Amino acid sequence: MLLEVEGLTRHFGGVAAVKEISFKLKKSEIFALIGPNGAGKTTVFNLITGMLAPDAGSLVFEGMSLAGLKPHQIAAAGITRTFQNLQLFGGMTVLENIMAGAHLKGRTGFLKALAAWPGSAREEKKIRQEALALLKEVGLAGLADLPAAALPFGRQRLLEVARALASGPRLVLLDEPAAGLNSAETKELADYLKRLREEGKSMVLVEHDMETVMEVADRIMVLNFGEVIALGTPAEIQANPEVIKAYLGEDEQVA
Amino acid sequence: MRVLEKIRPPAGTAGCPAACLIKIYKVNSSQIDFNSVVNRSYEDMLKNAVVLTVLIFFLVLPLLIRSNYLLGILIVTGLYTIIVIGLGILMGYAGQVSFGQAAFFGLGGYTAAILSTSCSWPTPAALLAAMVLPGLVAALIGRPTLKLKELYLALATLAFGILVHILFNEGGEITGGPSGLMGIPYLSLGGLVFDRDIKFYYLVLAVVLLVSLAVHNLIQSRTGRALRAIRESEHAAEAAGMDTVLLKLQAFVFSAVLAGLAGGLYAFYVTFISPSPFSFHMSVQFVLMAVVGGLGTFWGPLLGSGLVVALGEALRWAVPLVIPGAGGEYQIIFFGIILVLVMVFRPGGLGSLFSPPVHRERPGRPGEKGVDDSVAGG
Repeated sequence: MLLEVEGLTRHFGGVAAVKEISFKLKKSEIFALIGPNGAGKTTVFNLITGMLAPDAGSLVFEGMSLAGLKPHQIAAAGITRTFQNLQLFGGMTVLENIMAGAHLKGRTGFLKALAAWPGSAREEKKIRQEALALLKEVGLAGLADLPAAALPFGRQRLLEVARALASGPRLVLLDEPAAGLNSAETKELADYLKRLREEGKSMVLVEHDMETVMEVADRIMVLNFGEVIALGTPAEIQANPEVIKAYLGEDEQVA
Repeated sequence: MRVLEKIRPPAGTAGCPAACLIKIYKVNSSQIDFNSVVNRSYEDMLKNAVVLTVLIFFLVLPLLIRSNYLLGILIVTGLYTIIVIGLGILMGYAGQVSFGQAAFFGLGGYTAAILSTSCSWPTPAALLAAMVLPGLVAALIGRPTLKLKELYLALATLAFGILVHILFNEGGEITGGPSGLMGIPYLSLGGLVFDRDIKFYYLVLAVVLLVSLAVHNLIQSRTGRALRAIRESEHAAEAAGMDTVLLKLQAFVFSAVLAGLAGGLYAFYVTFISPSPFSFHMSVQFVLMAVVGGLGTFWGPLLGSGLVVALGEALRWAVPLVIPGAGGEYQIIFFGIILVLVMVFRPGGLGSLFSPPVHRERPGRPGEKGVDDSVAGG
């Protein structure tokens, strides 16, 4: 198992945002997390990446407990994420965003940087080349020198995904990567995610675009009011009456 | 002007003239035409020429001016530049404000003074200690406060600055109280004694140059990129594996070390030290210099220090003409006015006139919010 989540719980005030969630993630799997707004999906991401501390429950990644680790330590362990509301380094170039995403690949610290340590130039060159290769892979190479904030929205989303991949993580948490994308861009993204899976990357995907979710996800977990109401393959989820109820209300029928 | 517009460097170069010496520039043929490539190398040559010209200017300047008063002002400006370079890293890159730089400046000064007089340390060793001690103190203050977000460091350093100033005043025999310590020896480095202003001027020039070079290296590096990333989005920086607390702490300690270095040099220059130059008022002036000069610009610290020092001198002469009997405290009104004017007409600071800041004003990003909002979502 790549990631084992057991009894994960987090309250905000008196409200349980996430309530005893458990799931196991396999390697090379796209695991989708869906549910209505406020169901606790992003909270799960914040808990996995250490941005929030759980009230109860355990997180084990590649056999190692993530309890008490800070976000940067969890990134170093091999888990990166994107943000629902883009958190690009807007004033930095597209290339620099990727290079910053590859921060963990480098070693040059403060003092070595001040002294322009001989090894650091070589390291910098390597990180730059790898960043350019990644940009080429996602089709952003031509925009490498533009400030990230100057990119059209769809490209910004893609850059955010690429940045999360730059450090070579084993698990990437994608928070609504298709939000705001047009249909061509969404298709492109879905194809890219499938390609990443073939390369052995594991992903947890939070996404509202059901077409994309059904197309790319191996398994889907449905949350409602912080609780798991269903877990299964896309086909199972589509046929699940609980899910239909949560999404559409009691009396509706779904074609 | 129009030509200058065209040869602006791409975002991300530090706007530093020496950048081309180190920069490995990758050109993407699909986006950038041949002309801009030509412009870029031309621009790099221009920048180097500017740095060289400025350097030569400062090398020959003491030969042109015969006044010790002006030379003294230049030396002090150089010392302030060292402090403001450090503060610029903290403010412009790590996004933190310190209102305690005058205290680190003073700690460096007193450390050098006390060690070289009462303890009879060799002056270079005392100067080294003048850098180390403020650095250690900064690490102590920074460790708890930088874990907190926002402007806690500003508050902590503000309190710290006032406290240290009181300690200088009330330090009894150790600090000499309000009248300070006298008889500090001249700095001597391997037989070379800096006993005249002109020698000291060149020493300060060399230190400013060395510090600028080191900081230029830093900004171009992985660490510099991480510091900028923290300023842009701390959450994303953390998620990318950056230890933001450590990086901010390092930037803070570095700024304190530089302020301490300037303080040590100051003590060996004036050979006398008292609490008055290290008040909270001075800390505010350092912040003013950093902002007016332009955060994240290469020339900012020099321009900001030069302008504020020159203005201070001019006001000292001019204010009593307008308001009879007015003391130095009136200066702060004028500094306030200048700060407002700069913020209104040139928010990037004076340095941005010559080179755009590394991180420009952030154009509006769609859906930009803190992670605290996203916690509630999904």
